Amino acid sequence: MTYAKPAFRHPDARTNDVGCTRRDYEGGLSTLCAGCGHDSISAAIIDACFELSIEPHRVAKLSGIGCSSKTPAYFLSGSHSFNSVHGRMPSVATGANVANRDLIYIGVSGDGDTASIGMGQFAHVMRRNLNMTYIVENNGCYGLTKGQDSATMDTDSVSKKGDINPYMPIDLVRVGIEVGATFVGRSFSGDKEQLVPLIKAAISHRGFALLDIISPCVTFNNHQGSTKSYASFREHNEAMPVDFVPRREAITTSYDAGVVHEVCMHDGSVLRLQKVNEEYDIEDPQSALQAIAHHAKQERILTGLLYINRNSEELHDVLQTATKPLNTMSQRELCPGSRFLDSINAGLR
Amino acid sequence: MKPTDLRDPEYFHKVVDCQYACPAHTPVPEYIRLIAQERYDDAYMVNWESNVFPGILGRTCDRPCEPACRRGRVEEEPVAICRLKRVAADNKDSIIDRLPKIPQRKNGKKIALIGGGPASLTVARDLAPLGYQLDLYDDQPAGGGFMRSQIPSFRLPPTVLDEEVDYILDMGVHTHFKTYVDSLKSVLDKGYDAVFVGTGAPRGSNLDIPGREESSKHIHVGIEWLGSVAFEHIHKIGKRVLVLGGGNTAMDCCRTARRLGGEDVKVVVRSEFAKMKASPWEIEDAQAEDIPIINNHVPKEFVHENGKLLGMKFDQVEVVYDASGKRTLVPTGEEIFFEADEVLIAIGQDNAFPWVERNLGIEFGKWDMPQVDESTFQSTNPKVFFGGDAAFGPENIITAVAHGHQAAVSIDLFLSGKSVRQRPAPGVNLISQKMGVHEWSYDNLVTIDLRQKVPHVDKVVALKDRKVEVELGFDIDTAYREAERCLNCDVQTVFDGAKCIECDGCTDICPTDCINFIDNSEEPVMRRSLRAPANIETQDLYVSERLVQTDRVMVKDENVCLHCGLCAERCPTGAWDMQRFLYSVTKAG
Repeated sequence: MTYAKPAFRHPDARTNDVGCTRRDYEGGLSTLCAGCGHDSISAAIIDACFELSIEPHRVAKLSGIGCSSKTPAYFLSGSHSFNSVHGRMPSVATGANVANRDLIYIGVSGDGDTASIGMGQFAHVMRRNLNMTYIVENNGCYGLTKGQDSATMDTDSVSKKGDINPYMPIDLVRVGIEVGATFVGRSFSGDKEQLVPLIKAAISHRGFALLDIISPCVTFNNHQGSTKSYASFREHNEAMPVDFVPRREAITTSYDAGVVHEVCMHDGSVLRLQKVNEEYDIEDPQSALQAIAHHAKQERILTGLLYINRNSEELHDVLQTATKPLNTMSQRELCPGSRFLDSINAGLR
Repeated sequence: MKPTDLRDPEYFHKVVDCQYACPAHTPVPEYIRLIAQERYDDAYMVNWESNVFPGILGRTCDRPCEPACRRGRVEEEPVAICRLKRVAADNKDSIIDRLPKIPQRKNGKKIALIGGGPASLTVARDLAPLGYQLDLYDDQPAGGGFMRSQIPSFRLPPTVLDEEVDYILDMGVHTHFKTYVDSLKSVLDKGYDAVFVGTGAPRGSNLDIPGREESSKHIHVGIEWLGSVAFEHIHKIGKRVLVLGGGNTAMDCCRTARRLGGEDVKVVVRSEFAKMKASPWEIEDAQAEDIPIINNHVPKEFVHENGKLLGMKFDQVEVVYDASGKRTLVPTGEEIFFEADEVLIAIGQDNAFPWVERNLGIEFGKWDMPQVDESTFQSTNPKVFFGGDAAFGPENIITAVAHGHQAAVSIDLFLSGKSVRQRPAPGVNLISQKMGVHEWSYDNLVTIDLRQKVPHVDKVVALKDRKVEVELGFDIDTAYREAERCLNCDVQTVFDGAKCIECDGCTDICPTDCINFIDNSEEPVMRRSLRAPANIETQDLYVSERLVQTDRVMVKDENVCLHCGLCAERCPTGAWDMQRFLYSVTKAG
């Protein structure tokens, strides 16, 4: 006998502006290992979409291959979904986004899907600043194939079998800042207080938003000696709290003025960030890279919103594409006929 | 908040809402599970140990458990607990060999039980196996008290009553039926070591309005009339009958009248419908037998012609609530007349102790009621104990049973020379269900299942004979479907913070948002800051010790936990464990 999640909900469950409860944003029952960080990230995406009052059918969720890439089945069952080829989610997302710019694109990938087989596509989708949220569920290992080290595994981290990783890790946030992502954050599956606002901010960001989320693998990478276990990550986490204030709400929380930084987002919502120090300028890529490196040297992992570029041009701006989705256009608009084709061809001669 | 102390047996007891609400604390989910497993004998005995009269209560109980049922908080209607109890009684084999053995050698202590109703019988049930000699006195020709004289046969067949009364009387109880005790002193003088008074609230209230005296031949006090019907002194009633009162006795009177020849039977109630004391299902059953309930009518006068009753006059009233919520019945000025051949007065019943001399050391207090200790049931004369309706006024059978158990504990302690205040602790058993959700859960999906209806016998057949039982009881298939609606609240979610790695798996999977990991604070703050607000303060918050990794605490709102076990299924470390909790009330001996 398998089990299923009962349809009952709390009688006093809150509803959002579009009349949905949190449970309306759920998906199928997860088949991942009990305690998997990925399930927490799914729950955080559910919370974020619920709190943003996003209608599920306005979302397209895309993924590649891996434990992480199974998870779109476990949230937003009312959304569009595409489970693509290993490491090739960015090109599918690009195609979908070019065709329908009005949807909210949430890509879910893993450390293997992104930092190994998908590294090429990952770099180029960031370079093009595609308007999407790209979530990496980063557990440092290949859980589906018995837990081999992945490219994000830290040097000297000990595998479950006892082997010490001799290689340098790829730090996805540093790659992201270098290559052109315009919103870069790092978080932890076990810290929803930071993660949920960060996802909300990423969704609200216009341009490519990268979230590298450390997500412990309870089965293969949650032991002593692993740098990506629940306990180890909590111990080394230097969390910068994030508060996301939607456009319609007045700001009520008060912070210690010196370290709080307010970022007005493209859609009018406000991000309130509590930075580790005053010198850190999250709108300056060099400052961000320095802060990350500085903390890494002290064996601290800086989490929160690390870098943002609010005034970038996303792919549609660069390509000067049509302002509305292709599916809202008539056949005449989409296929204007041979006369237009001839004129294009003439222009290429 | 302080961490929840799981060593306190009352914590998890309270989570089993039905059991906690039951005066006798019958382990409801335990016997429902046994019914689902078709172990009817076992289910019956779980009941019998606790409430003594499963077959009787399965038909007549006031069901304090059902409004408490958790399913009523997540769905519309509670589990039909009461009628499932009847299923156990209806489908059991002989359980005679499971009854306690009665010692041949008595312990030398003699106890008198005055009144043969549920309270006295429960005392007998608990004390007979301990070797006490028990003498039971009752003015009726058979045991059962009000269960026999006041509950009509169409609700409780005499065979069912006899069977369960006899289980107890056959334990060697010396019965003195048709013996009205008119003096407690004379009983004490017989040298009893203790006396238990379970005489109920035997006096039906009268209605002293004009015409009452003159037409008294046609006016009856409800409980007396029901008794006369039960003992076959009365066989018929006039065609037009008015029943006064809005309680369960009124419902029994009107339905009995329908069976004795009453064709035009009306129930007339002073107050509005919503304030009627009768159980909703009793009202429904009366209405189904073409008996109108007429509310907001205050009796004014019995109208008669030379002693022959013609009918009754009522003042129509309006219910008015003032700012403080106090209710008054304001006459509208309209006077209503209903024709009637006979009237049954069922407007309440009172205690009466004319037979208790006032110089026996028994203090009497307000409303001329004896002063009885609420936990020991001892009066101010240490030898004399009270229970059932006789102790604190009219309640119901299950309350009388609960009193009986406690009084038996007291009598046993008292006669063993121990303090009646030092009561043994309840029995508690908490067992891990290690095999997981499939060991105890009925179904792999807790889902919305509407309450099953109990089938009734055809109305024409029912109204012909007052002895035809109206409710047919659940058949086995329906009973199974109803049993499956039970949420297993006795399978507890037990949290071990030392094992928790704070992965949030349980929080994310919980379908009703019960589980939270937050910073500790004061209870009112906590209740507001949970994932779903914990507004029902009678439902506890389960708070863990401080957790190692983040210093937060786990807080679980018990209110709408489905006991579905998904938290335990999703827990990678076994920090959540589903454990079956069995709580049994302290028994004598």
